[in-house]
Formats: sequence, structure tokens, C-alpha cells
Amino acid sequence: MTTTHPGNAGGDQPVDLDDPDLSRFDIVRAGAREDDIQIVHYEPQVVPGSKAERRLSRTVALFFLLTGASATAFLAIYIWWPWEYELGYGGDKWYTPLLGVTLGISLLGIGFGILTWGKKLLPKEVSVQDRHEGEVNERDRTVTAQTMLYMADELGVKRRPLLGVSLLAGLAPVGAVAAAPLVGGLISQPHKNNQMFTTGFAPTEGGQKVRLVREDGRPIRPADISAGGQITVFPGIDHGVSNKYADSPALLIHLRDADAQEAREANVRIGHDDFMWGNFAAYSKICTHAGCPASLYEQQTNRLLCPCHQSQFLITDNAKPIFGPASRRLPQLPIVVDDEGYFVATSDYTETVGPDFWERP
Amino acid sequence: MKRRKFEMAAVPGNVARGVDDRFQVATPLRRLLNKVFPDHWSFLLGEIALFSFIVLLLTGVFLTFFFEPAMTEVIYNGSYAPLRGTPMSAAYASSLDITFDVRGGLIMRQMHHWAALLFMAAIVVHMLRVFFTGAFRKPREANWIIGSLLFWVGFLAGFTGYSLPDDGLSGTGLRIASGIMLSIPVIGSWLTSSIFDGEFPGTIIISRFYIAHVLLIPGLLLALIGAHLGLVFKQKHTQWPGPGRTNDNVVGERMFPRYALKQGGFFMVVFGVIALMAGLFQINPIWLFGPYEAWVVSAASQPDWYVMFLDGSTRLMPAWEIYIPIGDGYVIPPLFWPTVVLPGVLVGMSVLYPFIEARRLKDYRHHNLLQRPRDVPARSGLGAMAVTFYLVLALSGANDVIADKFNISLNAMTWGGRIGLLLLPPLAYFVTYRICLGLQQHDREVLAHGVETGIIRRLPDGRFVEVHQPLHREDGELEYVGWVVPKKMNRLGALGPAIRGFFYPIEKPAEAPVSPAPSVDSDTERSEIASGERR
Repeated sequence: MTTTHPGNAGGDQPVDLDDPDLSRFDIVRAGAREDDIQIVHYEPQVVPGSKAERRLSRTVALFFLLTGASATAFLAIYIWWPWEYELGYGGDKWYTPLLGVTLGISLLGIGFGILTWGKKLLPKEVSVQDRHEGEVNERDRTVTAQTMLYMADELGVKRRPLLGVSLLAGLAPVGAVAAAPLVGGLISQPHKNNQMFTTGFAPTEGGQKVRLVREDGRPIRPADISAGGQITVFPGIDHGVSNKYADSPALLIHLRDADAQEAREANVRIGHDDFMWGNFAAYSKICTHAGCPASLYEQQTNRLLCPCHQSQFLITDNAKPIFGPASRRLPQLPIVVDDEGYFVATSDYTETVGPDFWERP
Repeated sequence: MKRRKFEMAAVPGNVARGVDDRFQVATPLRRLLNKVFPDHWSFLLGEIALFSFIVLLLTGVFLTFFFEPAMTEVIYNGSYAPLRGTPMSAAYASSLDITFDVRGGLIMRQMHHWAALLFMAAIVVHMLRVFFTGAFRKPREANWIIGSLLFWVGFLAGFTGYSLPDDGLSGTGLRIASGIMLSIPVIGSWLTSSIFDGEFPGTIIISRFYIAHVLLIPGLLLALIGAHLGLVFKQKHTQWPGPGRTNDNVVGERMFPRYALKQGGFFMVVFGVIALMAGLFQINPIWLFGPYEAWVVSAASQPDWYVMFLDGSTRLMPAWEIYIPIGDGYVIPPLFWPTVVLPGVLVGMSVLYPFIEARRLKDYRHHNLLQRPRDVPARSGLGAMAVTFYLVLALSGANDVIADKFNISLNAMTWGGRIGLLLLPPLAYFVTYRICLGLQQHDREVLAHGVETGIIRRLPDGRFVEVHQPLHREDGELEYVGWVVPKKMNRLGALGPAIRGFFYPIEKPAEAPVSPAPSVDSDTERSEIASGERR
């Protein structure tokens, strides 16, 4: 059943298209030759009218019909299936999976249908086309090069240097004009209001100390945290508990006696004598490495772990980084308890909060 | 009025003639219809990326109809009960609406995300194919560079895209991105504050990312993909060596109809697989993460897979801060090296590689035939080195999860990654180099002495020898031509031909040929077989 048409049978002469004996394939092959393509092997995969052909046609048809059925199912589910979210276990949980399965099957049906059609029913062929890239047309190269050089001559920049200079001097600013609005519009002074070095815990303009509050805004008393416990605290100001003060959140930790003693001694070593209040210490929650919240506190070892890149800070040693990529300790928030018995920040953090940058010191 | 007779059959011919009269398309169209494409399964990997990109465009346009790129604070009041009453950004609220209140919105979102992951994966695998087979060599260096850039532009597209929902996970990613920008010496703080319009997070970053994600980056991707395909078309595809295949021809199928049909079918299959994944496998369940709050994060916060190697490099970096004692003092934070310098070096190395290799081998010829990885051990070794480097970083990006699931110390994982990053790539180079040489050796051996038949003969003096089936009749060696050497007898027709048909034969099986008689050649002398680098 192999029907190989040896290529190039008719030589390189163009075929006479009016020749009545010419088959359509002869014309195709002659056309291919004009594009330097030899069809060297052309083999129908199925005999027309054979059982194999009918069977393959049925397979392809089946795929397409499967697509139709599945696409119809998709539409029916899309329209009638209960899709609105219900708390708990409901039919809506099946909505997306069912859509995906029906859509997937209908697309795969088209895909496999077309693939079977193309791969099994169409003749197999091997064609050879010349690349022609080795053949460099030196003549064309020369002509093109000369044309371009002649264009440069016509412009005469060499003969008229003033033109070249004035063009550069005149047009270079135009390039800058294009960039100016973009740069000018986007640029923003990073140290406006000293924003990189202040947080929401900075005392208000009236010198009022800022309270430490919980996520729901309530202030905190020492008795609220048991020994070994910790809580995330925010500045008790307008919008203090929001991303507007993304640098402010701190972790207020109630250390056990022995640990607190150690932490106090460490504080004294670096001149942070009165930063702790009793056994309570507050450290910035914003990792000095990349700015994630360093929020996994290991009570037994007094280590604070940042889950993003695993920097570990030792709370009893001024939150010094002891493992991982962070190179700077977490800034400590100096705290006291005010007359009403709530925690307040004595001042803002004394070190820069958040990831490091060039001009930080 | 007399009606002119209307001939239906003449319409296509007349239309075609009319079109050609006006636009003269017959000749270029014939060239297009006739263009020959070589075929091999590995040439389809890039297509997966292209098809995923089309799915991305389709689903992405759908999502824009419902997404609101704003950081205005709203109180969520949609269908998802657990978050009702929570203050959040409009971007996050509208992403929840797409998920729960737009009919079929969730599957569109999941298709978009899965297609993005597949897009990047296909780019990487396609790039490996091109690298290991030497398809990047002259004259295709430009396309290799465009391809490398496509990875990084795709990376940006992915990052800006998954940042848009402004959920707890992506906000953390954005925070790290701001930290990375801050770490750049001299301009860091200016760059960050210009991009975020003030301090992180500001109120405008989502809108800026949105226009980048839906217009600027896709525009760039489209342009690069267009150039990439145009160059493949113009320079013609590479092909594997084999019978009749030379450096100056293309052996394959004409583009229409069979090749084009197969492409079309393959597109539908890729599309269908994405739809199935989107329906069956949950991806990025933003409603579980909650809105972004600067003070909330959980363990096992991993970015999309193509960002994970940078997360890994960040985790492995030792805390080496460079302090410059001038004036008030300046610092280069450790974050700068693994997140800014490393990607820069990687871009530079991949862009320059074709030129470096050509220079090293002093090889400036055109190459249209692919190479088997075994034939170029040094390049394959380098590739294995790069893959190992990447894998160590990507695994380190999830080292907290691995440490947790396998009960390993987290610090041990970090140290393992640091040491592994330095030791494993050279080891991979050495092992790959030796494997390549071994494979070469075996090819040459089969060409020289024949295929193992599994038949053992006993010689009169009592020795046992295995009978080999030579691949040629005359004495001497067959030359290796860079293509598969048959190594099993059934490759030589010792078994009956495979019967076509999946469940039942679609044709009558041919008579199995008699297995070729083992040669009585008792030549046990073996010559030294060489191997080495090929160009």
C-alpha cells in the first residue's frame, strides 16, 4: 500500500499546468519544487474505503461528539448547578471541579480528534527543503552597503559638521524631555518627614507618649500577659493597627525571671538600661532582613524566628541575629507603664526598623 | 428584472481570484503552505509555553472585567462568610468577588494561575532542550537571547500578577520585594520610595502593578514572542542528524495540512489539560490567607515555583553585611547579593553563553544540526551544573517545609543548602562528563563490534564468548554520525514489527522476519575506542 512518488521525476522544468493528464498532486509537487522542496516520500496511511479508514473516521467522530456532549454538560452545569458560596459542605464545592472536568474533556476531545485525524488519516510524508543560508549574495551585500553609504553621502554630515553637532546638541534634550515627566512624576523623596526612621510609636507633637494596643485597639496591662507569653502590639494612634503603619508592630514579651535578668544585663551592655519594664520587653516585629514579620517565638530558647528566610534572633541578647541571613538586631521599643497601668512607649525605636538600606546608619 | 444565474461552485474561485488581484498573495501563500518543518517531540516544548500564553491572554482579559486594582480600604460584604465584616483593600475584596460572586470566576482565576505556572515551566524545559542540544549556536544566538529574556519578563509578569490580589501571602512577597529594592546600594531608598510612592506599602502599588501586568509586560512578552517565532520561521528550525539530513536542508513535513493539524490538536490538548488542572487542583486559595496585614505571616510561605530559587538563595546567604565607614557610614545589606546580583549574573551568563562557547571552541560556522548531549560532554556537564545549582536553591526555598515534614533541624537544612550549593554543581559536572563519555564509548563499541545478541557460544577450547551482530558487512568501523545507534536486536528487526492500533490491530500484522543469523565472526580482538568532544 506504499505509494512513493520519487521526487524530481520531471526534472527542473516547470510543468505545463494545462496538461490534462496532470494530477492535482503533480501540481502540488511541482509547486513544492519551486520552493526548493522535494517531496521524497509520500505514503497514504489508510486505503480509501477500507475498514481501517472507516474505523479511524469513527474514532475521530467519537472524539468530536464527546466534545459536544461534554461542552453541553458544561453549559448545563454552568447554568443550573448551585454555585453560590455556602458555609460548610454544599453542592457549590463541586461547581468548579465539574466545570473544569467538562471543559477539560471537551477541549481534549477536540484536541485528540484533530490529532487522530492528522496523524492517522492523512498521508505521511518526508519532504526536504533547502536552507539556502550558506549562499551569501556578495553582490547584494555590496550594493546594499554602497546604497547606505551613498545615503550618508547625500546627508553630508561629514562635509557639514555643523549639522551633526547641532543635531546632537538640539535633539539630546528632546530625549530627556521624553523621560522627564516619567522620572519627575514617579520620583519620591524617601526621607520626607524622616519617614524611614520614625514609626507610629514616636511621641505625639504634644509630647504625649503612645500607648501599646492590641489588634482590636484595646490598651494592655502587665497582668494581661502571663510569664513566657507574648502579644503583638501596635501604636495606639489613629490607624495605628493598619498597613499605614506597617513598620510599627512590635512583639511584647513577658520573660520569665531568669531570662528577664539575662535580657536586662544584655540591655545594660549596650546602654539600653531602661528599655524593659519589669520582665517585659518589646521588640520590633519587622525583620531587619527583608521586612517580614518575625513572629515565631520559641518560648524555651527565647528565639524569635522569621518564617520567610529563617533568620533567628535571640531575645535575651538584645534580639541579636544568631542564624540566617539577617545581619542586624531587631530594634527594641523602650516601654514603661503609665499612671493608669497601661503600657506606653517611652520613645520611638532608637534604631531603624525594617530592612537595611544604603544610608541607614 | 432577469436574475443572473448564481453559481455556488464558482464562488471560492472568484473570491480567490479577486483577493489575489488586489493583494498578490498566491506566491507567498504557496511558500507558507509548503514550508517544511522537522518533527521531534522535543520541539513541542516551546509550543506549550506559547499555548499557555494564549490561555493567559484569554483568561486574563476575563479577570480584568471584575478586578478592581485599588488599595482603598473597604469592608468585605460578599458571599464568603468567614471574612465578612473584615476591612481589606478593594483589590482583595474584588479578588474574593471573582472567586465567590462571579459565576465561573474561580475556574478562570485558577486557569490563569495554572497557565502562568505552566508557561514558566515550559519556558525552562524548552530552554534546557535548546541548551543541551546546542540549538543556540550560530546563527541562532539572537533567538537564544530573546528566549532568556522571555524567562525574566515572564518572571516579572508572574510576580506582578500574583501580587495583585493583595492577600496575606502576596503582600508578604511584596514586602520582601520592597526590601530587595531597598538593598540596592546608593539608589535603593529612592527607587523603593519612587515605586511605592512613599513608604511601604503606600496606597498606589497595586494600581501600578496592574497596568504593568495587563499592558506593559504582556506587550513586551507579545513583542518578544513575535520576534522569537519570526526568527524560528526565518532561520528555519534545527533538526536532528539522521539519514538524508544535512546542515543545508530541512527534512520533515510541509506545514499544511498535517503539521498544522497536529499543532492545532496539541494546542487544544494543552488548553484542556490547563482546564482540568484548574478544575481539579486548587491553586492560590487567597480566601484562606486573609487580607495582607504587615504583622501577620505564617510558616510555609512559599512564592510561585519560578521565584522559589531566589527565595532559596536569600535563605542560604550568610549574614555578610558590608559596612563602608565614610561620613555617617553606609551599608550594603546581605540581601543585595542573592536577590539583585545573582539574577543579574544569571542573565548575563545565559545571554553570553553562545558567544563564550563559540570562542572557546573557535567555532564560528553555521550549525543547523542538533547535537546529542553525550557528544558534547563539557556543555552537558555545565548544563547539569546549572540545573543542580538551581535545584539546590529551589529546594532551599522550601527548606522550612522539608525540615518540618522530615523532622530535620532547620539550621541543618540551611547549612546543607550552603554546602550543597558549593559542592554539588562541580560534582554534577564531573558525573555528567563521565556519563557522556561512557555513552559515547558504548555507541562506538556497538558501531565497531555490533549489537549484543544475548547468545553465548562456547568455543572448542572451553571459553565462552557472546555473539555480536555487526551493523555492517565489510571489515572496518562504521562512523558515528551523531544519531541514535541501535543497541538491541529488536531495533534491527529481530522481533516482529509493532502492530499498529491501540486496543486492537488496525491492520493485519506482517509476517515476522526471521531473526538474522548470528555472525560466526569470532574476532575477539577489540580495538581501542575513542571518545571526546564534537563540534
